[in-house]
Amino acid sequence: MRITRVAALAAAATLALGMTACGGDDADEGTGAGSKSFAAGSTMERLNKAQAIKIGTKFDQPGFGQKGLSGKPEGFDVEVAKIIVKELGIPEDKIEWVEAPSKVREDVIVNGTVDLVAATYTINDKRKERIAFAGPYYEAGQNIMVKKDEAAITGPDSFKDGAKKVCSVTGSTPAEEIKKHVKDVATQLVLFDTYDKCRDALKGGQVDAVTTDNVILLGYIAKDEASFKLAGENFTKEPYGLGVKKEDTDFRNFVNDTLEKAFADGSWKKAWDDTAGKFGAELGSAPTVNRY
Amino acid sequence: MSVLIDKFDVFAGGFWLTLQICVLAAVGALILGAVLAVLRISPVPPLRAVGTGYVNVFRNMPLTVVMFFAAFGLPALGSNADFLRVPGLDAVFSRLDTDLPYFRFALIALVLYTAAFVCEALRSGVNAVPAGQAEAARSLGLTFGQNLRYVVLPQSWKASVVPLGSVIIAMIKNSALVGFFGIVGDLSQTADQLTSAEGYAFVPVAIGISIGYLIMTVPLGALLDRIEKRQAVAR
Repeated sequence: MRITRVAALAAAATLALGMTACGGDDADEGTGAGSKSFAAGSTMERLNKAQAIKIGTKFDQPGFGQKGLSGKPEGFDVEVAKIIVKELGIPEDKIEWVEAPSKVREDVIVNGTVDLVAATYTINDKRKERIAFAGPYYEAGQNIMVKKDEAAITGPDSFKDGAKKVCSVTGSTPAEEIKKHVKDVATQLVLFDTYDKCRDALKGGQVDAVTTDNVILLGYIAKDEASFKLAGENFTKEPYGLGVKKEDTDFRNFVNDTLEKAFADGSWKKAWDDTAGKFGAELGSAPTVNRY
Repeated sequence: MSVLIDKFDVFAGGFWLTLQICVLAAVGALILGAVLAVLRISPVPPLRAVGTGYVNVFRNMPLTVVMFFAAFGLPALGSNADFLRVPGLDAVFSRLDTDLPYFRFALIALVLYTAAFVCEALRSGVNAVPAGQAEAARSLGLTFGQNLRYVVLPQSWKASVVPLGSVIIAMIKNSALVGFFGIVGDLSQTADQLTSAEGYAFVPVAIGISIGYLIMTVPLGALLDRIEKRQAVAR
């Protein structure tokens, strides 16, 4: 039994080697098993040997992870994930993108459905109980989008008097945050499953504001500058991290190293400029990765 | 499973809100469904056509689509369903009289959709009354209204109880959709909040939510069984 398994593995490895060797059309050099070596038994080695990786991302987040007509997700999260994958010595076309909506992000990591999650994933302590974060690779902040002619809303405290109504997405960090600022959740807060619906409710006048991370709002404003504007400054810090298995410290350190390298060599900035940067958000200086 | 104890107030709040929606929607659907049933069995062809048309439309449309029409179509038509802001009712049904219209939209969708099924359940009861009964009543010179009131309906409701109960149970389960159309804090939306925002594992939360729905549906089913046993139609 054991012998056959080893033999099968060896055969598979040879096959994989043979295939990548014969492929010859890899876009960038430095990929392919054997071109990089990792510590035996590490996740990096396993992924590199398998020449395949599963990455969870958003499919509906403009600028970060949005699945367009190409059938592949595009955005800043996706580009950052590709930087990591390249460092693992795996070609881009071997990535399997898995949709990871907010609800399931911890679960897909814990269950091993994906090897890495890059999905506008705010680092917080509650989530650290179940998974681990590499990064942050970007610091977003919560902001408020209102109609162009709205003057009464200037920040989160504008909801304290109980009159103005606000919309966000169910189960998100911004929704939890804004609950602290409204007087009465039942009469002031609307939650949908996507921000598109919030935008429509704002347009229709059922709500007076939409709140979430600034980059997402900037995406909407970029598409419809005549109707919307931001009300005030960011009022929270939302550091985005990459989710990995909680006990896999080696892999987390590897991802952190790769991020630091990307901050330094400009590939991180390029990823931003090609994607979410088009909405006019400031990238700012590179964040410091947190190796807890 | 500690989430069930830690967050009991959240589950209880969700249960209370779902119960409010279900009670209001059940009342609305029973009234509208009864009107539709009368239309469908009336001797006036245009009225019959209205009833039949309504049932055909709403029975064959997915509830999600009806919900979309209510939550996004009504605002597009410039309505916030303010006619439902009945003064006084908000003492119990706190969400009915707020500026946020989504509770009312959800209610409208559930009532419109469920009424079609209520109508059919009532009609099946009427069909269970032997035709000779109605014919005899007509030959005695009773009008359509009297015929319904004294002869047909007293016999038909017994046969309608069980299918009506099934319709209401289905409606309670369907109410799980409302949390995804702007309402904050009903049972199904609560699950969403606890799992994705607060990071609890999905399975215990889902079990808690399920218990909430079962508390509403199981006793109703048991009650219906009892009524059926006691009021069994002798054939």
